[in-house]
Amino acid sequence: MTELAIECKDIRKSFGSVEALRGVSISAKAGEVTAIVGDNGAGKSTLIKCISGVYNADSGEIKINGKAVKFNNPEESRSFGIETVYQTLGLIEDLAIWQNLFLNRELTVGIGPARLLDKRKMREKSKDMLKNLDVYIPSVKARTRGLSGGQRQAVAICRAAGWGSKVVIMDEPTAALGVKETAKVEELIKRMKAQGLAILLISHNFDQVLRLADHIWVMRQGSVMSGMRAKDTNGDHLVSLITGAVTGGKSQ
Amino acid sequence: MIAKKNKKTASAEAGAVSKFALLREGFKDPFFWSKWLVVVAFLLVVLIFGALSPEAFLTTYNLNNILVASAIPAIIVVGQTFTVATAGIDLSVSSIMTFGAVCFGLAFTNGWPLYQCIIFSTLAGMLCGVMNGLIIAKRQINDFIVTLGMLSVAAGGALVLSDGKPRQIIDESLANIAINEFVHIPYLMFIAFGIVAIAHFVLFHTRFGTHLLAVGGDPDAARAMGISIVKIKVVVYSISGSLAGFAAVLTISRIGAAEPAANTSILLNSVAAVVLGGVSLFGGRATIFGPFVATLLLQALSNGLTILGVASYYQYIAVGVVVIVSASLVRTSNK
Repeated sequence: MTELAIECKDIRKSFGSVEALRGVSISAKAGEVTAIVGDNGAGKSTLIKCISGVYNADSGEIKINGKAVKFNNPEESRSFGIETVYQTLGLIEDLAIWQNLFLNRELTVGIGPARLLDKRKMREKSKDMLKNLDVYIPSVKARTRGLSGGQRQAVAICRAAGWGSKVVIMDEPTAALGVKETAKVEELIKRMKAQGLAILLISHNFDQVLRLADHIWVMRQGSVMSGMRAKDTNGDHLVSLITGAVTGGKSQ
Repeated sequence: MIAKKNKKTASAEAGAVSKFALLREGFKDPFFWSKWLVVVAFLLVVLIFGALSPEAFLTTYNLNNILVASAIPAIIVVGQTFTVATAGIDLSVSSIMTFGAVCFGLAFTNGWPLYQCIIFSTLAGMLCGVMNGLIIAKRQINDFIVTLGMLSVAAGGALVLSDGKPRQIIDESLANIAINEFVHIPYLMFIAFGIVAIAHFVLFHTRFGTHLLAVGGDPDAARAMGISIVKIKVVVYSISGSLAGFAAVLTISRIGAAEPAANTSILLNSVAAVVLGGVSLFGGRATIFGPFVATLLLQALSNGLTILGVASYYQYIAVGVVVIVSASLVRTSNK
């Protein structure tokens, strides 16, 4: 029995009078891909923003490896091992690849106000981080601007996976990619899973979800409608759950 | 554009990356050209004026003049570069300078020792900058509007505090800063160059510098990575304000008086130098070196035109034309 890497209990979040999350409880195991599916406006993005610290949930509890944690911003969330690969990737176009990999985690030498960036070490470590990728990256010194969609995605995923993280949240990781690049990114996700990370995957692509996920949570109108093992379901069943044609048992 | 990108990836996937290929990539990078454009332009200006009047322009005395005239703008330009690198702008620099000068004058006539007067003036500038930064970042109001307001507030404050009258500042050691030189390089330029060098280190060799460029390049991504935009903005504007307050001291050392009148050409020149220096007005890409050379260029330009006997009225036009042309050059090469 693998332990729960992350457990969210009864998360609520409202924006003014709009209830975006009405008591959402989900969990994800280490070494598994856990998918969250749902229609636009179901609350998927709000949920992951609460988990990644961008939003503060109004109420509810988040446990990492069984321990309750509290955070108020993305930095604190990252300190608990929660990393997010945003749909927009969160890469700074005008910075080099190594600068993006180490953004806000820069290595420095010296003490006090005279702390200078240890560029050489960061570049070397960046090379190590990217070495295992099946995606060609010209040079860690290259600006992110010149990279293709797949290369960017690879860099963003590398950044999320490379920091001793426990939970990696991915928001539509292949939405903007071609067939070949999608396959490479999926390969990366499988590799991260094999490394024992818990991966929370948000995707509209049901084929992909069924291909990658071990467990699936279906959200609808700010609530979790259903949770099931991926092998127990199929595309048609998922669609009917998402649209509300079938109300799945609110299983855990 | 898309075809170009594809070609790039294809050639990239083809294999080995030689030093030569990297160099070629560098040449293709428009930022590379916007960085060096200003150096080429500066050399052109020096060559042209040197050819037109070698006996007057290319003398040690005259080149020295250019350096003295460049020192104070160069310091202001450093602050302006920081604000523009965060996709902002500081329109209040010239007024903050005036405000700082008046504060210096007040402290000086009250008999404070010189170093305290210098610190007071710098702190006065910093205070204005902190207010700029806090309002811009906390209230999320456009940089342009906030600093435009501060331009008026600081100028008014200077007039109120000084009652609109200039104060003579007679201090030998202060005047010596402006007069003396070492191996033909004026002290003022050493000070300016020291600040430029520190700024370069801050921008490219500290975490703060990287975060500054990140905030300028993509504020949402920077925030998602846990970088505090408020902190960066406040620090950047207080640097700009402090440098303006400090530059006020150097101005006093040059003219021997604290004047409540704003020197508006300083503002125009600082923005011009930042644009000429290849700093992206959209933020995220900057050098300290480029705007510094651009400051020298602008001063060399007006110096050369003066030597050629061109009336100063035309010099305003010349500076404006150079800025617009260079901005449009950079713009086309970025496409």
